[in-house]
Amino acid sequence: MDDHPCKHGDGCTCHSGVSRRGFLGSITTAAAGIAASGTLTAAPAPPPEKAQPDEPVKLQLSVNGRTHKVLVEPRWTLLYVLRDQLGLTGTKPGCERGECGACTVLIDGVARYSCLTLALEAKGKEVTTIEGLMKGEELGATQRAFVEEDGYQCGYCTPGQVMAAEGLLRVNPRPSMEEIRHGMSGNLCRCGAYVHIFKSVEKAAVLSASEKR
Amino acid sequence: MRAYLPDYDIQSPETLDEALTLLSREPGKWRPIAGGTDLMVLLNAGRLSDLNLLDISRLTELRGISENGPSVTFGALTTYSELRQHPAVREHLPNVVESARVTGAQAIQNRGTLGGNIVNASPAADTPPSLLAYGAEIELVSVRGKRRVPYESFHKGYKKMDLAPDELLHSIHVPIPKGSGFHFYRKVGTRQAQAISKTCLAAHARIENGVVEELRIGLGSVAPVPARARSAEAVILGKAVDFLPIEDAVKAIQSDISPIDDIRSTARYRRVVTANVLRQALEELARTGRAS
Repeated sequence: MDDHPCKHGDGCTCHSGVSRRGFLGSITTAAAGIAASGTLTAAPAPPPEKAQPDEPVKLQLSVNGRTHKVLVEPRWTLLYVLRDQLGLTGTKPGCERGECGACTVLIDGVARYSCLTLALEAKGKEVTTIEGLMKGEELGATQRAFVEEDGYQCGYCTPGQVMAAEGLLRVNPRPSMEEIRHGMSGNLCRCGAYVHIFKSVEKAAVLSASEKR
Repeated sequence: MRAYLPDYDIQSPETLDEALTLLSREPGKWRPIAGGTDLMVLLNAGRLSDLNLLDISRLTELRGISENGPSVTFGALTTYSELRQHPAVREHLPNVVESARVTGAQAIQNRGTLGGNIVNASPAADTPPSLLAYGAEIELVSVRGKRRVPYESFHKGYKKMDLAPDELLHSIHVPIPKGSGFHFYRKVGTRQAQAISKTCLAAHARIENGVVEELRIGLGSVAPVPARARSAEAVILGKAVDFLPIEDAVKAIQSDISPIDDIRSTARYRRVVTANVLRQALEELARTGRAS
């Protein structure tokens, strides 16, 4: 994944000459988008050139309150960058097609599937993963609720379940059981621990409320 | 992430003008991506052959819901979650709210957009039947200007749309139904969440003095495009709610649909169940009409 040898032969400008970022800068002159962090080459504007897979883009990614500077390929998903570039392996890959919910994270406090999100789209936004719910060495309220109510069996879907619960509670701090079932319906548990998962979300609402008081 | 993509590029313009300029400079090159709930599935499966993505998710011009006199206007980037939470939409357009509620699940609804649901052009999309039932219009924009078309004439065939390569879907205008109308939405899928529909029916009717004065029925998953049930509508239109020819309409809807066998269902199942759902809708219409 990290290594894409150039196969374009002599005269290829993959590694020299006009940079991808220079090209992007020439189109998007407003200091914006993914071009913003690039070094612009001097005028005149370079001719358009196809981006090459081995030319990553600089990205500042804010995850769990910390800013990470990473080089990403435009096609990389947020899930891949979190796990394989930043080492935050709490977020799990599952179906990688937006059905199972194992990769759920919060983006600006809203539950999203990180497998369906390009890393570049998270630019300028705050990403929260399961690791980010910790209060130092202590579990956060929602995490604690899943432990207390036994809201898992094998545990693989659990980080996604916890993040979905956290996202739900941030929108709706006191959900009814019906709202919990609907809110959690995008997270599959192959062990079938749903009854305990729903109880965990109920418990998390109580624990979160008492924590805020 | 199984994508193998020798050629790809992505642009994230910050303004609509920038996006439209890019589209007009190289028409057909750029594939707009907003929520990504359809495109990213193809990307992860390695099924996007060309990947020149135009990330339009930052275009504030395409966001927001507003009441404009007789209609509600949705920016193309309105998410399903925003649809579900908006007071005016909940009050006037319950079918839109319900169709957003049954699309995917919460994380999809937080991310997927109404505009994307339209231009992805899946006949199984969940919101188009509601838009058809309310007689929505859509507004398209390019460097050449804006134009408005009735939504029901937008889909020209399977995945074919009245959308030029340099155009973006700008907004969706949905007329606010007059008076206390009848609203019905039902999606039939394998489960309640994360399902793609086997068949889907949305209806809106206006009843005056016990007569059905206005009726639109939108269908999903039973034709190459989201479609109106015009024959069934014609049978019911102008009839008294006390004497609705429900079984005639149930027969007529068979000529409105052309379902196929596919991975989710069979043509036969879709014919039977679409008819049953229509019967349920019309029985409810009769009850609502008598009560009002």
